[in-house]
Amino acid sequence: MGSSLAMQAARQAVKLRVEDATKHYHTRTGVVHALEGVSFDVREGELVCVLGPSGCGKSTLLWAMSGLHQLTRGRILLDGEAITRPHPAIAMIFQDANLLPWRNLLRNINLPFEIKGIPPAARRDRVNALLKRVGLAGFETKYPRELSGGMQQRASIVRSLAVDPEVLLMDEPFGALDAFTRDEMNLLIQEIWMESGKTVVFITHNIAEAIFLADRIVVLSPRPGRLARIFEIDLPRPRTLELTTQPHFIETLVAIKASIDHGGARAASD
Amino acid sequence: MPDDLADNIPTFDTRSKQDAEIGLSNWSALTSGPGVRTWLEAAAIVLVAVVIIGGSELLLRIFQVPQYILPTPSLIAWALVHDFRFIFPHMVVTLTELCSGFAIGASAGFLLAAVITQFPFVEKVITPYILLLVTTPMLALVPLLILRFGFGMEPRIIAVSLAVGPMVMINAATGFRRADLAKIALARSFGANTIQIFMKIRIPMAMPMIIVGLMVGSIFGLLTAVGAEMVGGAEGLGNRLAYYSSLIRMPQFFAVILILALIGISIYVLFYWIGKKWASWES
Ligand SMILES: Nc1ncnc2c1ncn2[C@@H]1O[C@H](COP(=O)(O)OP(=O)(O)OP(=O)(O)O)[C@@H](O)[C@H]1O
Ligand SMILES: [Mg+2]
Repeated sequence: MGSSLAMQAARQAVKLRVEDATKHYHTRTGVVHALEGVSFDVREGELVCVLGPSGCGKSTLLWAMSGLHQLTRGRILLDGEAITRPHPAIAMIFQDANLLPWRNLLRNINLPFEIKGIPPAARRDRVNALLKRVGLAGFETKYPRELSGGMQQRASIVRSLAVDPEVLLMDEPFGALDAFTRDEMNLLIQEIWMESGKTVVFITHNIAEAIFLADRIVVLSPRPGRLARIFEIDLPRPRTLELTTQPHFIETLVAIKASIDHGGARAASD
Repeated sequence: MPDDLADNIPTFDTRSKQDAEIGLSNWSALTSGPGVRTWLEAAAIVLVAVVIIGGSELLLRIFQVPQYILPTPSLIAWALVHDFRFIFPHMVVTLTELCSGFAIGASAGFLLAAVITQFPFVEKVITPYILLLVTTPMLALVPLLILRFGFGMEPRIIAVSLAVGPMVMINAATGFRRADLAKIALARSFGANTIQIFMKIRIPMAMPMIIVGLMVGSIFGLLTAVGAEMVGGAEGLGNRLAYYSSLIRMPQFFAVILILALIGISIYVLFYWIGKKWASWES
């Protein structure tokens, strides 16, 4: 499949449209312009990374896309319809795995079913398959504190995928993990994305991570957060960890970094 | 509504923040309590008990301490066995007062905590009065309550619930207040409504503090029940304490104290196990 998948995605319909997204926070010390007139599209089945330095409004953007927060101006459209509150077709994956410590792994994964009033038994097969897919089969009765950070984040991915959303929003999901676990998780995300064909918006401040994952990278500049540039990444898929040391990958990285630095933004590498 | 996320994006700097919580008591201090692990530990515990009881028996006999000052353990044990059938009905009275007062006070305290933490403004207005109730010994009200309700169980049940309620409320409110924005956002992102967020996130999150509140509240309730019985009325273990001491029947007096201690310990153990079962995820 490889890059044909990305090209196929390119032909496809717009899934999510961000239109003039603007957010002003009113604080005691004044108004913070977190996001200013950001517009871009995410096509169906596409994996888009939003990249930018800390404080440039990435989370603000994603939380608005999830319907959890409102924008000051502009709107988010899902299949042409404005999002004003959490939508069943959209699932969010948080920076922290955000598992409930009083529930074991399986009951954590069943939380969305309970909320939506779906009997978990009806989704048992799907959940089992997903748990097996991410290597968590056999850990169903373990509590979050008994799982490593990577396992916890995998559980939270299963929890979001179990409800079969059309769009996955991820806010620096692996920011708290060590570099090795992070690579492993990025591979997993790529595989799951390629298998499921879901639309993914992935937030990161790590350029290499963005290049590794993305079909396109939306770069934001800070204060106020504006759209700086959009990069198409046409590296073949499935991408491997070896790819990250190849000249072409490095060239892309240097180019993106230069454009960010040139754009007046602070260096966004780490 | 506090579960309205407003514009807040949780920071996810987990751990640490819960340690800074100020409650009336610390759950981890309770859960690190009893629990016998080996036969050696059990043997040591029994040995110490034997030494203390046997030792005091011996010392009291050697120095011929008069019975009306401090009866020997064997005399107390004998009184406990011999007079238990006279004491038992009073124990039932005290336990009835405790249980009904606890049921009323704890549910009121819990509901009040649940409601006021939803409205920070109301909470600010009400908290001083709750503190007043916590710090005022409810015993002081008993003579007044007796004037109004007579010498039956009612004034004592009211006093017990007034002692239990604020204690449960203040602890439960601490628990509800610390509900974590990230968890609420999580439930919301799956479409949870306010009631679901309350049932699935806020209550479990507050559970350790709720159980601490119930435990402290029930111990306070026991003290209040016994105190109220000593102040007025003709029944209950508190009344027996006053009765036996006025007759200088010290073995019986200490037998009643022993029963009260056992009730207190049972309450502790009960909530210890409830905490283990429902709130062990925290430690
Ligand atoms: N609730 C709020 N009230 C006031 N200002 C806020 C609020 N939330 C965010 N901000 C400000 O808005 C700007 C963008 O914040 P945001 O969290 O979206 O950035 P980010 O790109 O996600 O940063 P990071 O990489 O550190 O997560 C920052 O300057 C931040 O201080
Ligand atoms: Mg952020």
